[in-house]
Amino acid sequence: MPRETLDRQLHHLQDEVLLLGSMVEQATLNAIDALKNQDVKFARRIYDQDLTINEKRYAIENAILVLIATQQPMAHDLRILAAILEVITELERMGDYAKGIAKVCMRLGEAPINMPIREFSRMAELGVSMLHRALSAFVAENPQQAYAIPAEDDLVDDLFNRVYRGLVASMIADPETIDRANLLLWVAHNLERLADRVTNICERTVFIATGELLELDTTDDEDTEG
Amino acid sequence: MITKEPLTNMITEDKTSTHSPRINLKFVREGMGEEDIQKTMVKVDNLSVYYGKFRALTDINIEVKAKKITALIGPSGCGKSTLLRCFNRMNDLIQNVKIEGKITVDDLDIYAPDVDVVEVRRKIGMVFQRPNPFPKSIYDNVAFGPRLYGVNKRSKLDEIVQQSLMQAALWDEVKDKLKQSAYALSGGQQQRLCIARALAVEPEIILMDEPASALDPIATLKIEELMRELAVHYTIIVVTHNMQQAARVSDFTAFLTMNPDRSGMMVEYGLTSQIFTNPRDKRTEDYITGRFG
Repeated sequence: MPRETLDRQLHHLQDEVLLLGSMVEQATLNAIDALKNQDVKFARRIYDQDLTINEKRYAIENAILVLIATQQPMAHDLRILAAILEVITELERMGDYAKGIAKVCMRLGEAPINMPIREFSRMAELGVSMLHRALSAFVAENPQQAYAIPAEDDLVDDLFNRVYRGLVASMIADPETIDRANLLLWVAHNLERLADRVTNICERTVFIATGELLELDTTDDEDTEG
Repeated sequence: MITKEPLTNMITEDKTSTHSPRINLKFVREGMGEEDIQKTMVKVDNLSVYYGKFRALTDINIEVKAKKITALIGPSGCGKSTLLRCFNRMNDLIQNVKIEGKITVDDLDIYAPDVDVVEVRRKIGMVFQRPNPFPKSIYDNVAFGPRLYGVNKRSKLDEIVQQSLMQAALWDEVKDKLKQSAYALSGGQQQRLCIARALAVEPEIILMDEPASALDPIATLKIEELMRELAVHYTIIVVTHNMQQAARVSDFTAFLTMNPDRSGMMVEYGLTSQIFTNPRDKRTEDYITGRFG
């Protein structure tokens, strides 16, 4: 093969994306665990570990620039690199969502509170499962798998709506809970956004295979996280 | 619901490390959309070329757009240069050559029996791989063509020489030594002189056969910049082995390869921006990504 070096480096970058993805998955599930157990120490650790996610993202980005500059990738090779640049940005933002949940956990402290933890856990599981399969499809360059995933976002959206209504009802019933309920809304929001961003990864999988940038998202919600 | 197998289990290889501490890149790319496609300057219909019994090109069809740069790429022996030489009937000079099909330039069938071949070659200039200035002064090199076509008035020749050298981005470097031998120039300057010589007879099309392959990287980039400037007024067709050059400089790219019988055929022709990011044909993909040829 005349392009063994390039092939090896492309392969390595795909592996790095999987590694970054697994870090994000773990951070998300850990953040929900910390929240469930109101484990502030654990939350602090998750919060700090977001730095390693960011560092990995920048390392991958740098490696891509070097590869473009030194290997002059074309066509399919170039699309893989362009797609990875996009996907690592999505993953880093997902990492920020996990960090945000950890921060909420730290602010809530250890005093016992009611929270829709069952819904949160379910949203995290669904989101992480979508992410997991989206990244598998991404490195396998399997657009059929990628097409199927975004529709699952509806389940996450339903859970978000249920949590939202519950928290708003609790604020109305007992205004003293407004601060805490507001923080918990952020948890729900972050989990909902995580699932939304999985769609963007699926779009890049289709792009690698076909060269076309298609919108796979079925909803029209906007990115409003602060 | 959560898949048990961790993502990291799917990592199959992790031996190399890509690295580099810092990088500063400037990406420059002029985008071109479908709306830029305009007038056809050269139209090739079912062109086949034979050298004796050997079929060098098979059924080529292509429409070269006016005032654009079209690159012909493909592996050695695929017939790129043969195709290029068909555009100004340079192949006529080779014995036993037979040409089938039709090439029209600006609606003129250039292989029609009553066509003036000299006029065809005036209209369609050519620049070769190695700079080939005449053993004459810089001035006389550029004035050679116009004199051949009957321009003898000194002031007119002066004007043509200056204008051609300016268009070829060489004037500032040679204006004080026009009487010196062209051989005193560097390789890159000689190539630009050959371009000026081609421009002096006011062609409409410039054919370039690997115009920068004998030049150093800076001289190469100067030629590429010059090509972009010339494309404002001229139609350029360039044969290049350097795919990055084709990607950098051309608006359209045609990929040629060999049939099993070793005759050349055209696989794909389209906007350079499309060919180099999303080629339609697997053979093009394999060639431009460096996995074949």
